[in-house]
Amino acid sequence: MTVVGTNVKRKDGIGKATGRTKYADDIVFPGMIHGRTIRATIPCGGIKSVRMDFDPTGFTICDHRDVPAGGKNTVALLVEDQPCLVETDVRHVAEPVVLLAHEDRETLLRANVVIDYTRQTPVFDPTSSTQTLKEFTIEKGSLKRGFDSAEVIVEGTYRTGHQEHIYIETNGVIVVPDGRDAARITGITVYGSIQCPFYVEKALKTMLGPGYRVRVVQTETGGGFGGKEEYPSMLACHAALLAIKSGRPVKMIYDRVEDMLATTKRHPSIVRHRTGLKKDGRITAMDVDVMIDGGAYVTLSPVVLSRGGIHAAGPYRCKNTRIKARAMFTNTPPNGAFRGFGAPQTQFAMEVHMDRIAEALGVDPVKLRERNALRPGDTTATGQVLKSDCSALQVLKEAVKRSGYRRKVTKYKGTNRGIGVALFFHGSGFTGSGELKLGSRAAVELTERGVRLLVSSTEIGQGTRTMHAQIVADAMGIPYEDVEVAPVDTAIVPDSGPTVASRTCMVVGKILEHASHELRDALRGMRPADYFAKNGPLRVEKQHVPPKWITWDEDLYRGDAYATYAWACDVAEVEFDPDTYEVHAKRITAVCDIGKAIHPAMARGQIEGGTVQGVGFGLIEQVVMKNGAMANSQLTNYTIPTTLDTPEMDIVIIENPFPEGPFGAKGLGELPIDGPAPALVNAMRSLGLDVREVPATPEIVALASRGVRAAAEQHSDRMTYGAPVARSVPA
Amino acid sequence: MKLTLNGVERDVDAHPMKRLLDVLREECELTGTKEGCGEGECGACTVLVDGAPVCSCLIPFAQVEDAKVTTIEGLGEDHPLQHAFMDEVGAQCGICTPGMILSAIALGDKPSLAQIKEGLAGNLCRCTGYEAIYRAIQKATYGRRRPAGRRSSGARKVP
Repeated sequence: MTVVGTNVKRKDGIGKATGRTKYADDIVFPGMIHGRTIRATIPCGGIKSVRMDFDPTGFTICDHRDVPAGGKNTVALLVEDQPCLVETDVRHVAEPVVLLAHEDRETLLRANVVIDYTRQTPVFDPTSSTQTLKEFTIEKGSLKRGFDSAEVIVEGTYRTGHQEHIYIETNGVIVVPDGRDAARITGITVYGSIQCPFYVEKALKTMLGPGYRVRVVQTETGGGFGGKEEYPSMLACHAALLAIKSGRPVKMIYDRVEDMLATTKRHPSIVRHRTGLKKDGRITAMDVDVMIDGGAYVTLSPVVLSRGGIHAAGPYRCKNTRIKARAMFTNTPPNGAFRGFGAPQTQFAMEVHMDRIAEALGVDPVKLRERNALRPGDTTATGQVLKSDCSALQVLKEAVKRSGYRRKVTKYKGTNRGIGVALFFHGSGFTGSGELKLGSRAAVELTERGVRLLVSSTEIGQGTRTMHAQIVADAMGIPYEDVEVAPVDTAIVPDSGPTVASRTCMVVGKILEHASHELRDALRGMRPADYFAKNGPLRVEKQHVPPKWITWDEDLYRGDAYATYAWACDVAEVEFDPDTYEVHAKRITAVCDIGKAIHPAMARGQIEGGTVQGVGFGLIEQVVMKNGAMANSQLTNYTIPTTLDTPEMDIVIIENPFPEGPFGAKGLGELPIDGPAPALVNAMRSLGLDVREVPATPEIVALASRGVRAAAEQHSDRMTYGAPVARSVPA
Repeated sequence: MKLTLNGVERDVDAHPMKRLLDVLREECELTGTKEGCGEGECGACTVLVDGAPVCSCLIPFAQVEDAKVTTIEGLGEDHPLQHAFMDEVGAQCGICTPGMILSAIALGDKPSLAQIKEGLAGNLCRCTGYEAIYRAIQKATYGRRRPAGRRSSGARKVP
């Protein structure tokens, strides 16, 4: 019996529903002490002195001088610019300066550390920052030719804010010193809430230097969404220093305030569009300028910018395109990975701009999209020729039909209800040659009972274990129950690359499929358990081989940016409250082509969850920054959608296969968050509310509703940078 | 201090002003109750006190003297809601799940969709978008799955 495409029981077992499953904070080691981070309190300057204003008895205290002589004071990621602990220069308010540990949490929390600073003028606004973190340009055809042939030009500026991940389990790790010779600690094991265990291993090895054995074990992880991609490396480095100095296991669990204040967030963006069009709606030229706020250190901003830039022209055909993308440094805590990774920001701009184009031309927004949507054979902004796995038109048509869009446009006229569309796509896997460079590995091996799969891909709620086991079961031709999943422990599993970029099913699943086929063939028809009993262990480990046709020029941003794309269309229906200026999301129809739903119920869960996170991004979730710090770093005043804020959802999964994915699967995890924000804002536009910014809080909506266009444009001018943006034509 | 914890009379030695959450997790070693925010917003620490759902991060231990406290461990391992949450993918990462299930129990028998939404409004889930949670509760309480959202007219009454 095949299990791919069916809703088998999750490999998690019942433990999550009985409270038996152990998360990082549930684990206690003998002799364990608690760690705490003392952070800078100014956004920019230098440290003059640090004074311990408490009785140090029983404390372990670390600063940058505790980094081993053979190591480096850095949290290694793409580059090594971010210190593990500040030496002298402070670049943002949450920078870690001193680490404390004590066995009693109350005593630990009472300890006061006094830091004296020299202050410098911080930069908070990316538009006035002079420090470029990364920039690139994508060019296709001739912008001049495109604008010369245009009959109408429409311009606009769009802005998105920070967003917090709000995984319900905060960041946390335990570091256990478990290797020592006579004089010193020689090995550590990290147990933690982690998306990418090999990132943590690399960061620890760089920070500690040679002479330390490092092992990283993922504990059950209470949500990630990108927020546990890079940050756990920082936290593990801190706990490791305290564990090595004290010789005891050290637990560091952030409380919610610290987690929101110090860890990464979604990059705020400002995107400017200038689009040339024929009167019938055909796009002749697209000039797009993307700027994101990187914060104080590089983290993953260059790759976030890449994905954002590549998706900035949306799922539309245009012969003459230029996309200029820049990430800027500011004196705010570094922004980082968040589900969607730049694409929600740039596609928000594109999709709201599309509705403004429709308005300017007096054409139907759906027809405008139909006319310009990418078809097989078309090329994307990077020059990638799309194949039969392109489904932009199909998802658009299905969503319009399924939602009753046409009927509702008429029905809602003159009421406080509105309806809007967003068409979007999301590249699966790492950008460009990323997967080739990564060379991910995965393995399957025989056990007494059947087959065990070994990957470093983490289960963070999305169903990794289950989905991988389904792929292995069918590829081997064995029952799902006979497949077990190895714990994610860097001492056991091969490096399958990070659990990010909608790659866990499509890329790592494909490696498992290859390995399973090879293992199956080696058994020559015997059952795995029988073969094991007769011949002993057998293991097959394979490396990812990207499709041969992929070409990518890293400098010019030309070529096949992604092996494939997932496609989707959201239709959002809203209700506007003219008294409070609140806009409620009433219903969202989401039609998603994901190639193949390996586990339809889990796939649906990804779409529902991503859609609601997108509703939060579009309407509710506002990070208030004051003096370079998040001023509302509590769930009391940073709110995420509750049951009462969540729209009805109608989810449709379309399966247009990617021939080189496992069973045709494409990436799924990030896709659903790209669409809700623009669909909701376009629904507001159908009510005459000219909103160009998210989150579209009542304050923003009030501005847009008052004198509709004029106020909104004034507002939009405030958001521009560089040369002032011309009024849209025609006005 | 005496209380009935998961059906068993217990005498627990803890500071009366310690958060109930910490007493449960530390003194009683019941780590199924989770901390998500520490200020009563997320509901991950929900337990039943005399049958009513409360955030155990908000109340001091002294407040449950002589009370009946039920944590997720008190449901055992075979409660229909527990199975339904796993089978309907109402649990993804699972960190909100114990609190969700206890809030769902407090809804009583056969709650309407509107009652479910209202009753779970204090329990945040970041993974599921809640729909699979509604499906799980309906499956467990009605014995079958009803498509959440599309049918119940009650849904539209929710502000």
